[in-house]
Amino acid sequence: MKPSTEILTKEKGTGAETSFDVARVREDFPILAQKVHGKPLVYLDNAATSQKPQVVVDALTKYYASQNANIHRGVHALSELATYEYEKARGKVKLFLNASDSREIIFVRGTTEGINLVAQSYGRKFIKAGDEIIVSAMEHHSNIVPWQLLCEQTGAVLRVIPMNDSGELLMDEYKRLLNKNTKFVSVVYLSNSLGTINPVKEIIKYAHEAGAPVLIDGAQSTPHLAVDVQELDCDFYAFSGHKICGPTGIGVVYGKANLLEAMPPYQGGGDMISSVTFEKTTYNSLPYKFEAGTPNIADTIAMGAAIDYVHGLGLKNIASYEHELLAYATEKISAIEGVRIIGTAEKKSSVVSFVVGNIHAHDVGTIVDREGIAIRTGHHCTQPVMRRFGIPATARASFAFYNTMEEVDKLAGALLHVKEIFGS
Amino acid sequence: MSSELNELYQQLILDHNKSPRNFGKLEHATNHAEGYNPLCGDHFTVFVEMDGDVIKDVSFQGSGCAISKASASMMTTAVKGTKKAEAEKLFEKFHSVVTRDIHKGIDDLDELGCLGALAGVAEFPARIKCASLAWHALHSALRSDGAVVSTEDTGAN
Repeated sequence: MKPSTEILTKEKGTGAETSFDVARVREDFPILAQKVHGKPLVYLDNAATSQKPQVVVDALTKYYASQNANIHRGVHALSELATYEYEKARGKVKLFLNASDSREIIFVRGTTEGINLVAQSYGRKFIKAGDEIIVSAMEHHSNIVPWQLLCEQTGAVLRVIPMNDSGELLMDEYKRLLNKNTKFVSVVYLSNSLGTINPVKEIIKYAHEAGAPVLIDGAQSTPHLAVDVQELDCDFYAFSGHKICGPTGIGVVYGKANLLEAMPPYQGGGDMISSVTFEKTTYNSLPYKFEAGTPNIADTIAMGAAIDYVHGLGLKNIASYEHELLAYATEKISAIEGVRIIGTAEKKSSVVSFVVGNIHAHDVGTIVDREGIAIRTGHHCTQPVMRRFGIPATARASFAFYNTMEEVDKLAGALLHVKEIFGS
Repeated sequence: MSSELNELYQQLILDHNKSPRNFGKLEHATNHAEGYNPLCGDHFTVFVEMDGDVIKDVSFQGSGCAISKASASMMTTAVKGTKKAEAEKLFEKFHSVVTRDIHKGIDDLDELGCLGALAGVAEFPARIKCASLAWHALHSALRSDGAVVSTEDTGAN
């Protein structure tokens, strides 16, 4: 892995200074070289899933070609190798999140399963009728529904932090919501449909003052912002491998060891026990207590390769380049007459959600797709956000560090084309 | 612009989107049904006024993309004054055209009249549900069960 400084370059004399050699980085992603509808692919749907660099594809192939065995139980060489590689990935996640102990890193299928694990394991044990759980108005459905299920099961009540017209949480309202009945707070770090970066450190601080633990939904933040769970002091943090250039079907939920220790297992099965009799079963220690059954070994190892890759580029370099992309895209897209950007928070990252006059987002999506441009259209699994802004859907361009300013220009050109077709 | 896009967003469709026919609630409706696509939020209610076996009047209201709105508008003009069985037959024909194998030709497109303008939808699999939504709602209204039809739980496409 090259140290991150090696890819730092300056384009001189163009006026558009960048500290990121995006052309070099794009070569790492084979999928970006292809054409769609005869046009070069412009992939702007990174909030849905990111593309994978060759090193991640190679890690998967290498595992299945030369390392495949079940883990944690064999005494043979291959099993030991697979176990070593799997646990090495856990160590990488620990460093990536700056967790204090690798026992705090639980492998799950993704952010959704991570949130469900906490809701069902922590929630069923510690939350009871009349208790209050706080989420925000900009949550993805996956950080709403698991808590609604818990509320149905326990009689707890869901409270919602409102937001303003820019898509920023109203912190005074949040402080008012906190009270002695607040037993959990679960909020998104970076909104997938608005791009808002929430003041999670402050949110966590106030929740702790009220005695409530906090889960941070890191599905969108993890590939774009450097995250330090100890500095944030969050109690739980969940993210998905496939949004940080890793495979689908693998993700992480981090939890503070003392909380995880106190929680019952989420699922029962092999690997999560230390002894089983028909009378009594004792559970394995952390993190294995929460990893029943043969895990997703290959994808875990490949996610480790993705973390190495992203770490090699440097999260700070990524964030700074993506900030330039966002600023340029915001300028270009908002300059188009009749286009309204949804989500104009002061602190934003990597997402531009918008509506084009009264043209439906699906028509926008279909037309730009024919130019080879992949954007997401719809409610982005945040129906309450759409309702808050009084719109059925938005078109969303979401950027990654391998996108370019030229791709932003192509999107802007395609949007003019949309308006031309609709005669507006 | 690609020829498929030209075909999809042709003038007739854009016109029906901009100035939908039979738009609004029908005062003397005998039946109505809602059509909803939870994936994109397209949401229409189709109203019918039956006179025996004949669709004496029909209208729709709601919101959606250009394809779903134009399709709903064109549907109302096509079925107004027809017998229930004729409307159902037209739906079958329309459905078979928009879901056809695009590598094969279309026989008897003439039977569809102006609805044939939506034949290009077959080139855009993600948009077939948009074109069919109002028809599924009409079908539900004609059966008088008033059930909300959703593109995601009826197997409708």
